[in-house]
Amino acid sequence: GSCILSFDINEVTATSRHYVDRLFDPDPQKVLQGVIDMKNAVIGNNKQKANLIVLGAVPRLLYLLQQSSSGLDLRTECAVVLGSLAMGTENNIKSLVDCHIIPALLQGLLSPELIFIEACLRCLRTVFISPVTPVQLLYTDPTVIPHLMSLLSSSQKTQEYITQIFSHCCKTSDHQTVLFNHSAVQHIAPLLISPSYKVRMQALKCFSVLAYENTQVSMTLVNVLVDGEPLSQVFVRMMQRDQPVEMQLTAAKCLTFMCRAGAIQTEESCIVLKTLPCLVRMCSKDHLLEERVDGAETLAYLIEPDVELQRIASTTDHLVAMLADYFKYPSSVSAITDIKRLDHDLKHAHELRQAAFKLYASLGSNDEDIRKKITDTENMMDRIVSGLSESSIKVRLAAVRCLHSLSRSVQQLRTSFHDHAVWKPLMKLLQNAPDDVLIMASSTLCNLLLEFSPSKEPILESGVIELLCSLTQSDSPALRINGIWALMNMAFQADQKVKVEIVGCLGTEQLFRLLSDPDNSVLMKTLGLLRNLLSTRPHIDQIMSSHGKQIMQAVTLILEAEQSIEVKEQTLCILANIADGNTAKDLIMTNDDMLQKIKYYMSHSSVKLQLAATFCISNLIWNEEDGSQERQDKLRELGFVDVLHKLSQASDPNLSDRAKTAMQQYLA
Amino acid sequence: KPVSLPLHPKTRVAVMSGQSSGCGFLMSVVVHGDSTLNEQEKELNQRLRRLYPAVNESETPLPRSWSPKDKFSYIGLSQNNLRVHYKGHGKTPKDAASVRATHPIPAACGVYYFEVKIISKGRDGYMGIGLSAQGVNMNRLPGWDKHSYGYHGDDGHSFCSSGTGQPYGPTFTTGDVIGCCVNLINNTCFYTKNGHSLGRKKSNDWPNLYPTVGLQTPGEVVDANFGQHPFVFDIEDYMREWRTKIQAQIDRFPIGEREGEWQSMIQKMVASYLVHHSYCATAEAFAKTTDQAVHEELASIKNRQKIQKLVLSGRMGEAIETTQQLYPNLLERNPDLLFMLKVRQFIEMVNGTDSEVRCLGGRSPKSQDSYPGSPRSFSSPSHKASSSQPYLTGFDSSCCNGVTSNKSHSSSPHSHKACPPSSGSTLISSDISVNGSRQQPLTSDVDMEVDHFTNGVTESSSNGFLNGTSKHATEPDDCDADMEVESAQSKRQLCGGSQAAIERMIHFGRELQSMSEHLRRECGKNSANKKMLKDAFSLLAYSDPWNSPVGYQLDSIQREPVCSTLNSAILETHNLPKQPPLAQAVGQAAQCLAIMARSGSGSCAFASVDDYLH
Repeated sequence: GSCILSFDINEVTATSRHYVDRLFDPDPQKVLQGVIDMKNAVIGNNKQKANLIVLGAVPRLLYLLQQSSSGLDLRTECAVVLGSLAMGTENNIKSLVDCHIIPALLQGLLSPELIFIEACLRCLRTVFISPVTPVQLLYTDPTVIPHLMSLLSSSQKTQEYITQIFSHCCKTSDHQTVLFNHSAVQHIAPLLISPSYKVRMQALKCFSVLAYENTQVSMTLVNVLVDGEPLSQVFVRMMQRDQPVEMQLTAAKCLTFMCRAGAIQTEESCIVLKTLPCLVRMCSKDHLLEERVDGAETLAYLIEPDVELQRIASTTDHLVAMLADYFKYPSSVSAITDIKRLDHDLKHAHELRQAAFKLYASLGSNDEDIRKKITDTENMMDRIVSGLSESSIKVRLAAVRCLHSLSRSVQQLRTSFHDHAVWKPLMKLLQNAPDDVLIMASSTLCNLLLEFSPSKEPILESGVIELLCSLTQSDSPALRINGIWALMNMAFQADQKVKVEIVGCLGTEQLFRLLSDPDNSVLMKTLGLLRNLLSTRPHIDQIMSSHGKQIMQAVTLILEAEQSIEVKEQTLCILANIADGNTAKDLIMTNDDMLQKIKYYMSHSSVKLQLAATFCISNLIWNEEDGSQERQDKLRELGFVDVLHKLSQASDPNLSDRAKTAMQQYLA
Repeated sequence: KPVSLPLHPKTRVAVMSGQSSGCGFLMSVVVHGDSTLNEQEKELNQRLRRLYPAVNESETPLPRSWSPKDKFSYIGLSQNNLRVHYKGHGKTPKDAASVRATHPIPAACGVYYFEVKIISKGRDGYMGIGLSAQGVNMNRLPGWDKHSYGYHGDDGHSFCSSGTGQPYGPTFTTGDVIGCCVNLINNTCFYTKNGHSLGRKKSNDWPNLYPTVGLQTPGEVVDANFGQHPFVFDIEDYMREWRTKIQAQIDRFPIGEREGEWQSMIQKMVASYLVHHSYCATAEAFAKTTDQAVHEELASIKNRQKIQKLVLSGRMGEAIETTQQLYPNLLERNPDLLFMLKVRQFIEMVNGTDSEVRCLGGRSPKSQDSYPGSPRSFSSPSHKASSSQPYLTGFDSSCCNGVTSNKSHSSSPHSHKACPPSSGSTLISSDISVNGSRQQPLTSDVDMEVDHFTNGVTESSSNGFLNGTSKHATEPDDCDADMEVESAQSKRQLCGGSQAAIERMIHFGRELQSMSEHLRRECGKNSANKKMLKDAFSLLAYSDPWNSPVGYQLDSIQREPVCSTLNSAILETHNLPKQPPLAQAVGQAAQCLAIMARSGSGSCAFASVDDYLH
């Protein structure tokens, strides 16, 4: 058998070589016939295409295509054959790109002959829509985009190919800007009412990629009229239920992106009565798996920031229950008997699950009733738990996003989260996960560490402190916040053992580094952590005896620095906590500089700071404690009684009450 | 060489586009005689007609209000029976009360929808909106009993013939608009709240359900909208989806299994149609290109064509004479037919078009010759009137219109009648529209490998049809050029204004009278004949017969049924069918739809025969 097989291959190669040889014939008429024969030979024949490429047909075809002496027919046929070769495998495309087909074809677009331009564009389109082609090649020569814009008026074919190239090659905001600056909006808008479906569809796709996360484009789009009709209305018409699903979905994307970019209000009927229901429909079983994925993801994005849209979506067409179906692939129906179906289902199963998790996350991000509805959905918590440990990173990320959204519910933290021990897979997820997963997971962990969460105990026992401390050293501000935030929650009303472990693990050096973090919220959470550590007297004395010096230094630094009222308030509260300790008090009392600072803040213009400072003094002069007499005396000498007296007449009732209470310590 | 390309379904009847009146009866809507219709009623009627075009309201009227007779005593109605309020004690569920609409939902709606606005939730807001069959206890909320379905405001549950509801949607209260949609195609229903669909419910396959609303505590008030106002929910969009689905189902309907079988049947139908209506040149050309035999002598077709042309141009005297010459015994054996032709001749005399008065009158023969092809919309009342004839006749006559509209534009659908019989190219183009794919020019296009789009939607036009039409567009419209428009109405005079002609007409009338009497003696009373004659004579009672209540008889369109009847009679003597198979097929399809409507099959709503004839 193998002998015959190799013979076959040789024969095929021989005929292929013949085709290539004919390209070098001295008679141009014979060359043309050779190219035409080659065209007929390669149509639908991937093997033949690969053979011709290996045998070097491409450079010769490109040469013929570029020679002006070749004649229009020959040049056009060359472009057609190249277009055919590009329709083969990805390897074919790579070979073509390596032969510099793109600049050659772009050069061809300068020809005055429409038929040749169309053939070049068609081939370019096929090359550019392949995932292996670097899209940047479209933007290398700055004259290309304006020339393509000018070709948009030539014919329906140029319109179709060019818009398709644009919609595939617009991947970044820079690309959006380049296209926008060359009046893409004005050039493409009229194509939305083209008689050709393909042109309308590709033009629509262009708008969806142009508007995505782009305020400038979106703001422009709302003011565009197509044949006297606002663009948003054109999109609404394209979402009508008798239109092809692809068109409905893409039009819904355009409106979603315009809405998220702030160009359309969420309460406008084109969003709330058209786009939202259209996207919900796309999630139904009636549609293809790809469409359901796309629909759910787009809907998740649309409703993410708006609680009203979340409420409407949650009651539309039983969406919450409908999404449960996304987890049933591959279904039991797609049994071994139907391999094709099984393969298809398997391919989309991950995509479906992650899309459903994303949409659940958006739906549940604000409203407690919706969260309850989600967790009450069949096997929901089990699905999240298994989603957290799936092999696909996309599914893991979406699952943790969903968990995070649901973890904002006190009710769920107390019940379903504990029942399903979600902390276990969550902890596992936190090991060696990429940053985006880590951010979501640690943020969820923060909620699980709230004092009323029954999961707090088992998490503590699982050795989470080290992990959280390492997060505070991350380069990502979001991770640093989540790390310190979780530690802060953990330290709230915690055992001394836990506190010691936190301080020990974090280290005072890292603590100080966090206190000078460029991110203000990191600083705030670190102060919060300190405050939680320094509560209840034995803990205060224990920590201050080992780290008192450094903590006092840090407090001094912050009070002397340019900081916001909130930061200073937190710091004064820490000082007040220190003043509540037994032995820790001395660290303040022996620090005259610190006492002067407190006095200063008691007369500050901010009532908040006055209150915190007064609270601190009140703790120092408290009667029932050892050495209170000396402290009272010293503070009287320093003039605090006068300040307190003054504050007892303050207009703020809290402040005057606090000052009066402190004064009474002297009287007793 | 026969063509074996399968035809796209849409091209099946492309040759007859323009036919429209045939299904008129399906769409006929009861128009209230009351001329003082207020605006709201007008809007209501318009909206209902637009939403439910397939409903025949003379058979199955649509709900327009709540029924003052079909309600529990605790229900009060006001505001034209659209507002419902509760007037019972409302102490226990035993005080629940419902009201049904005046009529059940006709199946021919396909998809039916109504809305209810909660004006006040009253004490507890125990309100139910839904459907119930006739006879279901009204001392209950919709959904609690068998054949009753409802969505309740207090708990948002849906009740399906059961006292216990299932969680379904959100609760609703004062200010909310709740809608109920019934899909009679897949037997599902769904409710809406403030324009948002709340999700499909399984099957209510019970027929003849009435819109129903139920209230249970004092102060509850709701307003119904059966189409009086625009709906909050976009029901038309939902209906569009179902129309598309049904039409796709029809388009994809599997046709003949053996290759070419379907096409040859279509070709036979087209050919027989062309022969039937004596488009001899076209029929000949069509038969030749499609390799078919014509089952009638060409001469015979030409003869019929000649007679038809005479009838359609109003030259009845000549038409009768020619018929007698060519088919000697035909009229003798059909005295009723002869009588009908003579009555028509009398009318044409009044009109001044009949040959006998024309030679006495003052109008130029040329203008008399031409068949008045004044532009006339297909939906114009005059045309509707013609379709009140037995259906197939109506189709038959208006089918004549169809063929040319491929070619000349529909603004002058009858123009081809003006062409001399010898103009062989009259309809030659119609064969292209059937076989066009074969002739598709590929020369101007670079032929390339077909695109492989994974999710691209291909355009649905079939190349054959497109090709055909584009050919037509470029063809010079020689028929239109020959056509002359009838002289202005103001110039019309009795019998063309000639005194001699009037005398001849009076004399002819007397002959007609005695013929009628003779007929009655021979064949017994015939009320149709009697009425025909009476109507014709009534023309003389008016100084301006054209603008009289019986003036419609003078309209040239009235020649069509006469022409068709005569043609059928001639064909029968040759043992050929009275009706072309094409007309029969269309008529049968229309009848099927009517039967579907009666038997509760909702998909008939979106399968109008008309949609396939245009």
